Amino acid sequence: MSMSASMRKKGWTRKQKRLAVIAGLGLVLALATTLVLVALRDQIVFFYSPSDVISREVAAGQPIRLGGLVKDGSWVRDGQNNSFVVTDGANDIAARYVGILPDLFREGQGVVAEGSLGPDGQFQASNVLAKHDENYVPKEVVEALKASGEWRPEAGQ
Amino acid sequence: MSIELGHFSLILAFAIAVLSTVGGYAYWRSGQRIALVLRQGAVLQFVLVAVAFGALIQAFVVSDFSLALAVNNSHSLKPLIFKISGVWGNHEGSMVLWILILVAFGAMVAAFGRRLPNDLMALVLATQSLLTAAFAGFTLFTSNPFERVLPAPLEGNDLNPVLQDIGLAIHPPLLYAGYVGFSICFSFAIAALISGRIDQAWARWVRPWTMLSWTFLTLGIAMGSYWAYYELGWGGWWFWDPVENASFMPWLAGTALLHSALVMEKRNALKIWTIFLSIITFSLSLLGTFLVRSGILTSVHTFASDPTRGLVILSLLALVIGGAFFLFALRASSLRQGGLFAPVSREGALILNNLFLATAVGAVLVGTLYPLVLDALTGTSISVGAPFFNLTFGALMAPLLLVLPFGPLLAWKRADIVSAAQRLMAAAALAIFVAILVSALGGVALSLAPLGLLLGFWVAFGAVAELIDRSKLGRIPLAESWRRLVGLPRTAWSTAIGHFGVGITVLGIVSTTAWETELVTTLNPGETATLAGYTIAFDSFEQVPGPNYLSDEGRFTITAPNGSTRQTMADRRTYVASGMPTTEAAIETYGFSQLYLQLGEPLENTHVVRVWHKPYITLIWLGTILMALAGVLSLTDRKVRVGAPRRAAKPVAEPAE
Repeated sequence: MSMSASMRKKGWTRKQKRLAVIAGLGLVLALATTLVLVALRDQIVFFYSPSDVISREVAAGQPIRLGGLVKDGSWVRDGQNNSFVVTDGANDIAARYVGILPDLFREGQGVVAEGSLGPDGQFQASNVLAKHDENYVPKEVVEALKASGEWRPEAGQ
Repeated sequence: MSIELGHFSLILAFAIAVLSTVGGYAYWRSGQRIALVLRQGAVLQFVLVAVAFGALIQAFVVSDFSLALAVNNSHSLKPLIFKISGVWGNHEGSMVLWILILVAFGAMVAAFGRRLPNDLMALVLATQSLLTAAFAGFTLFTSNPFERVLPAPLEGNDLNPVLQDIGLAIHPPLLYAGYVGFSICFSFAIAALISGRIDQAWARWVRPWTMLSWTFLTLGIAMGSYWAYYELGWGGWWFWDPVENASFMPWLAGTALLHSALVMEKRNALKIWTIFLSIITFSLSLLGTFLVRSGILTSVHTFASDPTRGLVILSLLALVIGGAFFLFALRASSLRQGGLFAPVSREGALILNNLFLATAVGAVLVGTLYPLVLDALTGTSISVGAPFFNLTFGALMAPLLLVLPFGPLLAWKRADIVSAAQRLMAAAALAIFVAILVSALGGVALSLAPLGLLLGFWVAFGAVAELIDRSKLGRIPLAESWRRLVGLPRTAWSTAIGHFGVGITVLGIVSTTAWETELVTTLNPGETATLAGYTIAFDSFEQVPGPNYLSDEGRFTITAPNGSTRQTMADRRTYVASGMPTTEAAIETYGFSQLYLQLGEPLENTHVVRVWHKPYITLIWLGTILMALAGVLSLTDRKVRVGAPRRAAKPVAEPAE
C-alpha cells in the first residue's frame, strides 16, 4: 500500500510517476527473487540411492528421497506397520513406513520413499511413491541402478 | 476401411493447413478474397480432423483390433464410455484430440469473426494453420494413430485401469480446450505483430477468446485435481507435481492476460505487455502439453509419455516459441503505447495483479525446471516439492489477495484509495471477526491458518461489498437498490462472482490444510474406529467380480456426529487383462466436508483402513466452479460475446467502472 501515499500528492511529473512504478516493480521482483533463492536453499530435497546415503554420510533427520528397488523377501507387514529394504544392488537401507503402501508397491520393483534417517540408521518413510503404471521405474532409480551396475532394462521397462 | 478414411482425412487436413499457412502469410494484404479462402480452409480442416477423430472412436467402439492403438489401449469387455475415452488416454490419440480442438477454434474464428478486418482474419487463420500443420505433421510422421497390425489380435491389452474412470472422459478434453484455446490469443498476437494493427478493437476481439479458454482451463484443472483426489487414493488434491505445475502456469498467465486485456480494451494501455502475455500463455500451454510428454520430466499423472519423441517435441516447441519471441523482439518497439494513468487507479491495480501473477508464474517455472537444470549441469538429483512452492507461491499470493478487493472499487485513470478503503471497511471488519471466530473454534493447528482464513474471507466479503456498493444498498430505497443490482452489467457480476470464488477456494485450501485429521488402523469386519466425531464400523468384506476386474469390497457404516448413518463401500480392484490393482476410496460428503476412506490390501483376516476427515475441502472446487461461472457470465455479456465484437455504438456511460 506504499502507493497510496504517492497518489494523493499532486504535481508528480510523468517521469516521477514512471520511476515510482518501476521502483514498485523492482521491489516485488527483488522480493520474489529472494524468496525463490531462500526456498531453493532450504526447501529442496535431495535424491539419494542407498549407496549415496552411506557414502555421503547423510545426517539423521535430514529430509531426503531414497530410491532403489524393494529387496526381494524383505517386505514385512504387521497391520499398518511396514518394513522393507531399499537396495541398489551395492548397498541396502532398511526402511519403515506406517500406513497403506501404494497399489504397485512390490518386491523387486522400483520405489521412491520420502523421509529421513532415524537415529538407529533406519529410514523412516513419511511418504512412499510408486507410480500407477506397471512398467514404471522412477528416472532417478534408473540412474542410481545404472550407476551401481544393477540396471537390467528388460526387467525394468 | 474407415480407419484409412480417417488417416487420409488427417493427411488432407495437414495439406490444407500447409497451403493456408503459405497462402495466408504471402497474400494477407489481398483483402476479402484471401480471407474468404482461409475461412473456408479453416472450416474444412475442422471437418477433416473431426472425420479422423470419429474414425478412431468408431474403431475403439467396435473393438477393431487391427488398429494398433486399439490393441494397446482397449479391451472388448470395457464399458462403452471407457472405450471412447480410451481414444485420448494415450499419446497418439490425445494428439488427434489436441489438433481437433486447435482446428475447432480456428473454425470458430472463421465462422463467428465476420466482422474482423480481412488482413487480421487472414493472419490469424494463417498462424492457426501453421500450428495445425506443425502438430498434424508431428502426429502423422512420428506418432501415427492409424497404424494397423496384421494379423489382428483377438483381444486388446486394455487401458491403464487408473484411466478407466469418468475423469478421463471429461478432464483431458476440458484441459485441452483450455490449453489450445489460448492458441487463438497467440495467433492474434502474431497477427498484430505482423500487421502492426494493435488497438482497443484488437483487445475487444481477443478478450472473449481468452475468457473462453480460461474458463475451460479452470474447469479442466479443477476436474483434474478432483480426479487425482478420488482416484489416486492418497487423499491429496494438489501435489505441486510437474504436470500440475504445467497446467497451472498457463492458468496463472491466462488470468494475468484476462486482466491486462481489460486495461488495453478500456484504456488502450499495456499493449506490448498484453501481446507478450498472449505469447507467453500459449507457450506455457505448449510446455504444459509437451514438456511432460517429452519424458524429460517425470510425474505421477503422466499417461501419454513417450521419451523417444522428446527431441522432436522440444525442437517443435523451440521453433514455435522461439519464432514468436523473435518476431516480438523485432516488432514490439514499433507498437505505440497510449493511455496515461496515475499509479493509484484501476489500471494501477490491474498492473499490480499482473505483476504478482507473472512473478508467481516465474517462481513456479523455476521450481519446476530447476531440478532439470541442476541435473544437466551437475548431475545431482533433487526434487523441489511442496515446501518450495508453498513458501514462494504463498508469499506472492498473500499480497495479491490483500489488494484484490480494492481493484474493482478504483476508478480508471485516477482513483481515491481512501474512499475505496472506506467502502471496504465493513468487509474488512467482518473478515477479521469471522477469521478470529473460526480460528478460536477450530483451534490454531497451524500458525498461518488464521492469516489464510482472513485473506479468504476478506476476498469473498470484498467481492460482496463491491456489489453492495454498486447497488447503493442502504443509501437509497431498497427497491431501487434491487433494481440497480439486477441491472448491473453481467461483467460486473462476473468480476464479483469470480473474485468471490477465489476467496472460497482459499478458504477451502486453508481449512483442509490446517484442520485435516487422519487415522490409520487395522480393522476386522465387525470392528469400529472413530475419527473427528465420526464412527466408522467395518461391516463386511467380500470378493465380487466386476465387468473387467475382480473387486475386494469392504462395506462400512459411518455414523456422523449428529447420529445419522450412511452405508458406504471402499474397494480394491484387480484388472483381468493387466493384473493391475487400483484402489477406489469411499468418499462421503457432509456439508462442505468429506470423510475419505481407503482400504488396504488384506493380510490374513485383517485390513488396514485409512480414514481422513477433510473439513470444508469441497470449497476448493466450489470456488473454481464459481470462477468458471464468472467466465461464462462475462462471455454472455452483450459487449463481449464471443465472435460478435462490435464497436460500441456510443460511448458507454459506466460511472462506477
